[in-house]
Amino acid sequence: MEIDPFIFRLSIFILSIFVGYYVVWSVTPSLHTPLMSVTNAISSVIIVGAIIAALAGPSESIFETSNIFGFLAIVLAAVNIFGGFLVTQRMLQMYKKKKK
Amino acid sequence: MSANFSALFYLISGILFILALRGLSSPETSRQGNYFGIAGMIIAIVVTFLSVGNFGQGFIYILIFLLVGGSIGAFIAFRIPMTAMPELVAGFHSLVGLAAVFVAISAFLKPEAFNLGVTGNIKLASLIEMSLGAAIGAITFSGSVIAFLKLRGIMSGAPITFKGQHFINLILGITIIALIYYLCISQLSNIFWAIVFISFIVGLLLIIPIGGADMPVVISMLNSYSGWAAAGIGFTLENSALIITGALVGSSGAILSYIMCKGMNRSFFNVILGGWGATDQSPVSQAKEQKPVKNGNADDAAFLMKNASSVIIVPGYGMAVAQAQHALREMVDALKKNGVKVSYAIHPVAGRMPGHMNVLLAEANVPYDEVFELEEINNDFANCDVAYVIGANDVTNPVAKSDPQSPIYGMPVLDVEKSKSVLFVKRSLSPGYAGIDNDLFYRDNTLMLFADAKKMTEEIVKSL
Repeated sequence: MEIDPFIFRLSIFILSIFVGYYVVWSVTPSLHTPLMSVTNAISSVIIVGAIIAALAGPSESIFETSNIFGFLAIVLAAVNIFGGFLVTQRMLQMYKKKKK
Repeated sequence: MSANFSALFYLISGILFILALRGLSSPETSRQGNYFGIAGMIIAIVVTFLSVGNFGQGFIYILIFLLVGGSIGAFIAFRIPMTAMPELVAGFHSLVGLAAVFVAISAFLKPEAFNLGVTGNIKLASLIEMSLGAAIGAITFSGSVIAFLKLRGIMSGAPITFKGQHFINLILGITIIALIYYLCISQLSNIFWAIVFISFIVGLLLIIPIGGADMPVVISMLNSYSGWAAAGIGFTLENSALIITGALVGSSGAILSYIMCKGMNRSFFNVILGGWGATDQSPVSQAKEQKPVKNGNADDAAFLMKNASSVIIVPGYGMAVAQAQHALREMVDALKKNGVKVSYAIHPVAGRMPGHMNVLLAEANVPYDEVFELEEINNDFANCDVAYVIGANDVTNPVAKSDPQSPIYGMPVLDVEKSKSVLFVKRSLSPGYAGIDNDLFYRDNTLMLFADAKKMTEEIVKSL
């Protein structure tokens, strides 16, 4: 019997939760704020779905309702991607060691 | 680009995201980690363009929208003051949530584009996945908006509770599940819209009753939700980058919520089901007698600290409000010139989000190896001459260790009272968020400095 591809995706999902669990516990508490802003940025990889949605259908009809939702989602995700990574970078620049 | 090929690239960007989080295990590797994250994002976007393979008019529009959003994001990232990080993160969460809702909506309207079947006959599994993604996304969105308004001070930070609140949430939750079931049978678009709408309401109702100082838990929880929403969409789109990222972010937020709850010795449900300030306030704390306190000024404080050999600084939310971190650093520099050893003690729930105090101190150029977590530094208070409490309150209250009747009993607190003398900067004797009197105010070794945190610190700098 063939395995449903859903099961493979579910396996990826469950394993990633475990990876996330161990990786996040090793994050030093002083970097918890950058952790939140960077997870924010990477969860905006949802832009992948937004791009597919925006480009769906023949190119002369790219402003149907479903495409418009795609375009809106692109803007939102882009704000997050740029904002998230840049603000994380800005914060991480500030963490300095004691000058010996 | 073939589907298999792009799937491999999505896997690579998923791995780069894991490395991005891994980098945060120490400040040295963290910047490199951030670059991994950026690389992963670029790969995911480029691969998506290549696999759709449509470089017509639509492609140009996408680039325009991408740039518009990107410049807004970049502008915000450069301009935002560090004290506003909690509301920024809440605002960003709301955007992820809304984006998830929008993607789910367009997948529902045009399932052909995502290989999910045709309108009116969408594959069952996809239908469940997209409605879950939309529901969680909508809850994330409206919940984060409320969190944002509360953190920004536009909405009162006090917990707002009303009778039957939890019952209504329960009913709405059950309704969403029933509607998803009904959607699977009927494929009616109205049901889908109803699910989205009710989820928006649930998000509002869920966060409104939670008070300001519980925000660290709320932000972490919404962080987690935004991850689960992304994962739901990832299942719909059969995209491994989204599934991996969603799982990472989901578990990250969950762990942070757990750490924050532990920092307050409260269960997650206790936090979610309403704030301290709202529920269990016995009138006992009202009838307090006027106990004597020792009142000091900046010169007393400067004298005490100059002659100390070690000082521990305990910052809290009040420092963020007063923007006192730079003045504080100046004070510490002056003390160090006098040969005083200074370190900082951070309670897990100090501030309004996880790690809030650390970022503010880093902004003020405080080296991160002078900043310690509760477990690392708590034993040092006994050997320290002066503890300088600036803007913290409940997290220093010794009642948490001694009085089983107290609502904060059992919460891990900083053992500030063990140091030889305590300088407590505070505007008045009013109790903190938990609504209970701080025993520390009335101790013999405590000197109260009644002033704004920033002003007082600046005055101390002057008299040093």
